Amino acid sequence: MAPRVEIDGVAKSFVMHLQGGKLLPVVGNVSLEVAAGECVVLGGPSGAGKSSILKMIYGNYRVDSGHILVHAADGPVDVASASPREIIRLRKLSLGYVSQFLRAIPRVSALDLIVASAREQGLDEDKAASRARSLLQRLNVPERLWSLPPATFSGGEQQRVNIARGFVADHRVLLLDEPTASLDAVNRAAVVELIFDKKRQGVAMIGIFHDEDVRERVADRIVDVTRFAARAA
Amino acid sequence: MITDDQPLLTARGITKMYGRHVGCTDVSFDLFAGEVLAVVGESGSGKSTLLSVLSTRLEPTAGTVCYRMRDGEMRDIYRLNEAERRLLMRTDWGFVHQDAREGLRMGISAGGNVGERLMAIGSRHYGEIRATALDWLGRVEIDLARVDDAPKTFSGGMRQRLQIARNLVTQPRLVYMDEPTGGLDVSVQARLLDLLRGLVADLGLAVVIVTHDLAVARLLSHRIMVMRAGRVIETGLTDQVLDDPREPYTQLLVSSVLQV
Repeated sequence: MAPRVEIDGVAKSFVMHLQGGKLLPVVGNVSLEVAAGECVVLGGPSGAGKSSILKMIYGNYRVDSGHILVHAADGPVDVASASPREIIRLRKLSLGYVSQFLRAIPRVSALDLIVASAREQGLDEDKAASRARSLLQRLNVPERLWSLPPATFSGGEQQRVNIARGFVADHRVLLLDEPTASLDAVNRAAVVELIFDKKRQGVAMIGIFHDEDVRERVADRIVDVTRFAARAA
Repeated sequence: MITDDQPLLTARGITKMYGRHVGCTDVSFDLFAGEVLAVVGESGSGKSTLLSVLSTRLEPTAGTVCYRMRDGEMRDIYRLNEAERRLLMRTDWGFVHQDAREGLRMGISAGGNVGERLMAIGSRHYGEIRATALDWLGRVEIDLARVDDAPKTFSGGMRQRLQIARNLVTQPRLVYMDEPTGGLDVSVQARLLDLLRGLVADLGLAVVIVTHDLAVARLLSHRIMVMRAGRVIETGLTDQVLDDPREPYTQLLVSSVLQV
């Protein structure tokens, strides 16, 4: 099957100008392909560059060299060289990112936050709302909280709102940055089910999971990122 | 809202000299419909000079600014005649000043401040003007009972919200904002930012916002231009510039923000 994400020869280092121009190599020669319906889990110790790789795919971090092709419905976009407009469009329609941290927007209710995420992609109001409700239910967010802004929710509740927001849209590629960290067993299982749903829909996923049990269940492949270690400059 | 293939505004080689002193130099960019561009930098970086040049308040020493008019034609804004320029500023553009007193008429009522922009483009029906003004006061969360009060009796946050209503009532496609949350209390700032974020997204506005506050840029903008000593030194997607700043000066700016 044709890959949904093709990463080829990507290298990244930070130049710390405030520390006298110190060069901080992150990764070198990252090459990776992910097919539709496949979930690839990035492994390796903390500090090996797992999160940095996700941030490069999403376009938060720039890359020094190489290509990151994301195949959107209307053709491939090379995130490594795309313009800001192309990246914004790619994120809106094709590329999602789920982290464990919710960047709360004051005064917007949990339900509206999730509906807005689906609406951005073009889903109609009714469909977006029914999907949002079903996700909040599956993630065991108590119904009395749905109409409240999540700023006052517990950490775990905020995290589950954020997961619902990431899963509600039909992105072709999803990046999962420890979405299950610090969730209890019931909710971890709920997230695993959501990931299986996405696989069945043909979504390509790249994730980081510290929980070994979750990792074993969702991973089609585990890629140890230490093999992409940057050679010391 | 970013679907259009032609830019709404193009700036090429914008330079403004004050005698021998540089205001801004060689600034070029494209702005598309629905796109929010934040211009960040410290005092004296040239960001306010740039905003003045873009909004025809200050003629550039060199360079061109072109705008796609409602009929689709790209026009050099410094070659419009006075009537065309005034119509543009009154209808298709807005300008939100840091000091609301510069953007409002302090002696006339809140409703009058909003209605005046409508009358300037030909509205004559009193009942409709008042109804539209009330609608906009509601959208910017001003108590409708205050419609006949003058903004000199309003708090800073209310004045700023009224200024926004006055700007948006003519349904502009492009709004310039100069430190719109500057000088307000933090809680008032948060409410205003939240309101602006919602309005910009709902109306699909293109915005050029000048701010020294990176949190404002993060919340509102798609793209950032970092200016220093009159030049654009770094530009890119907002989260990219803030999460992975490349230039020494940008790294200094980002690292200087207090984490709370």
